[in-house]
Amino acid sequence: MNFWFDPVNFIAHWLNSLLVGWGMAEWLAALIIQLVGVVVLISLMMVFDVFLVWVERKVVARFQDRLGPNRVGPFGIFQPFADIIKLIIKEDITPDGADKVVYNLAPILSLMSVLLLWAIVPLAPVIFGVDLNVGALYIVAAGSIGTLSIIMAAWSSNNKYALIGAFRQVAVLISFEIPMIATMLIPTILAGSMGMNEIVRGQQTVWYVVLAPLAALTFLIAAIAELGRSPFDLNEAESEIVAGFHIEYTGMKFGLFYAGELLHAFTFGGFWAVLFLGGYHFFGLENLGPLVAVVILFAKAMFGYWVIMWIRYTVMRMRIDHMLAFNWKFLTPVAFVVLMLTALMNTLLRNTSSVVYIAGMLLTNVLLCWIIVEILRGFSRAERERTEGVASATVAAHH
Amino acid sequence: MTAMQIFFLITGLVILGSALMVVTTRNLIHAALWLIVTLFGVAVLYAILNASFLAVVQVVVYIGAIAILFIFAVMLTRKEMRDRGPQLNKGWWLNAIIALLTFGGLFWMLQSWNGFSKTAADFPSGYDAVGQLGRALISPDAFVLPFEVASVLLLAALVGAVYIAFNRK
Repeated sequence: MNFWFDPVNFIAHWLNSLLVGWGMAEWLAALIIQLVGVVVLISLMMVFDVFLVWVERKVVARFQDRLGPNRVGPFGIFQPFADIIKLIIKEDITPDGADKVVYNLAPILSLMSVLLLWAIVPLAPVIFGVDLNVGALYIVAAGSIGTLSIIMAAWSSNNKYALIGAFRQVAVLISFEIPMIATMLIPTILAGSMGMNEIVRGQQTVWYVVLAPLAALTFLIAAIAELGRSPFDLNEAESEIVAGFHIEYTGMKFGLFYAGELLHAFTFGGFWAVLFLGGYHFFGLENLGPLVAVVILFAKAMFGYWVIMWIRYTVMRMRIDHMLAFNWKFLTPVAFVVLMLTALMNTLLRNTSSVVYIAGMLLTNVLLCWIIVEILRGFSRAERERTEGVASATVAAHH
Repeated sequence: MTAMQIFFLITGLVILGSALMVVTTRNLIHAALWLIVTLFGVAVLYAILNASFLAVVQVVVYIGAIAILFIFAVMLTRKEMRDRGPQLNKGWWLNAIIALLTFGGLFWMLQSWNGFSKTAADFPSGYDAVGQLGRALISPDAFVLPFEVASVLLLAALVGAVYIAFNRK
């Protein structure tokens, strides 16, 4: 075992022999090493989060034809540190009538629900927190803690805008969870396991985005809704309810929500990469070593994050009834049809050659996409004829 | 006493303590939040028992859906979040006796059980517990009938909810 091909286990073994050599009990040494692993992973993600603040501000500036932060350090890269200092020295206000314990617990839970997700992300073949055999469900479970933190924040702030924001957000979360779970089942079907490591291993030859492009797209839309980002950012619609559920939070407590949101977006970029874009696989490049694999996964997660930002800063906010109708009348049926069709085609084509299998899966998706577009076209044509018919009737009445 | 036993005792104390807080606190939202602590403790127990699927489903269903529904119901139906009435009803002593008898009976029965000192065997490496569970749920000589009946029950509940909420014009 050498450092280059298995760095985490190399360090763990070295640390273990060191601690046991000092006369520590075996189980205590194992426990300490596990805790050190958790702390290192969380610290790395938090430091990376600081960098994400700069990325987000720089990218949004580009989409809006601005320069973005460019004064502190080269390319403004030290801007987040200035932001952090500002947030820390700001006055920390707890509103009158706030429920203090719940109010202070909510931002912590919010960031925690995101950090929890990194426990199951396979960063490299030998670098992962835990290979959980119910990974896909674990994502939903961690998300439900995030939902809880939003309700807690809104209720304990004792503010009506906050409560309205939370109601909207929770309505979105619990409805978009359904297409999300349905599309997460598709990599599960293709890989034959809910574990993230197994799903990534199953994409060695072909990424699932080729086998199930519609599922990848549906997952991305549902993920953006889960994140509460534009076009689904009704929870913080500033023209209606000021800032939504975190309206009363100041200083670093707001900072925790903000950091959690950015890291959440990056994390879902990462899950998009793990579930559909092949995880750490990149044409055999990952075999050079686990650290290369980590870089590949982070690059793919960054790509997912960039797509999410691209949509966020391009598309306008939707109305809540449109959004819920879009979910229940369009996205959920599509997700279920794709799920059933993928399961069926996977069973039918499993024993054929890989070329036939890939072509069959891809063709099924293209065909389904065409049918969906045709149905939508017929629907919108009927709608247009209805409204235009009404319009011409009123014009005739005026004459 | 092993580390696992200490962990189990802490979890058990947290579950009992938070369950007590659910029924004693007067603030209804706090009661719901304490209930979430209790349910999370049960999920931890499942995780200790190597039942990862049940642990995750416990969090998804009970915390992610049912507890949030509780909070919503309280927020939407009550103007005042505080419960002012008496917290005990007239038959409290009868219920206390029945609870004590049940606890005493279980305690007496489990005294002669020798399973406490045993440690659970680990799964053999590569054992697919979730796959086994899934196969058991849809296998005709296992649990396919209860599984399907439960699905039909849930469907009936859904249809009923839609019927009640349906606005007849």
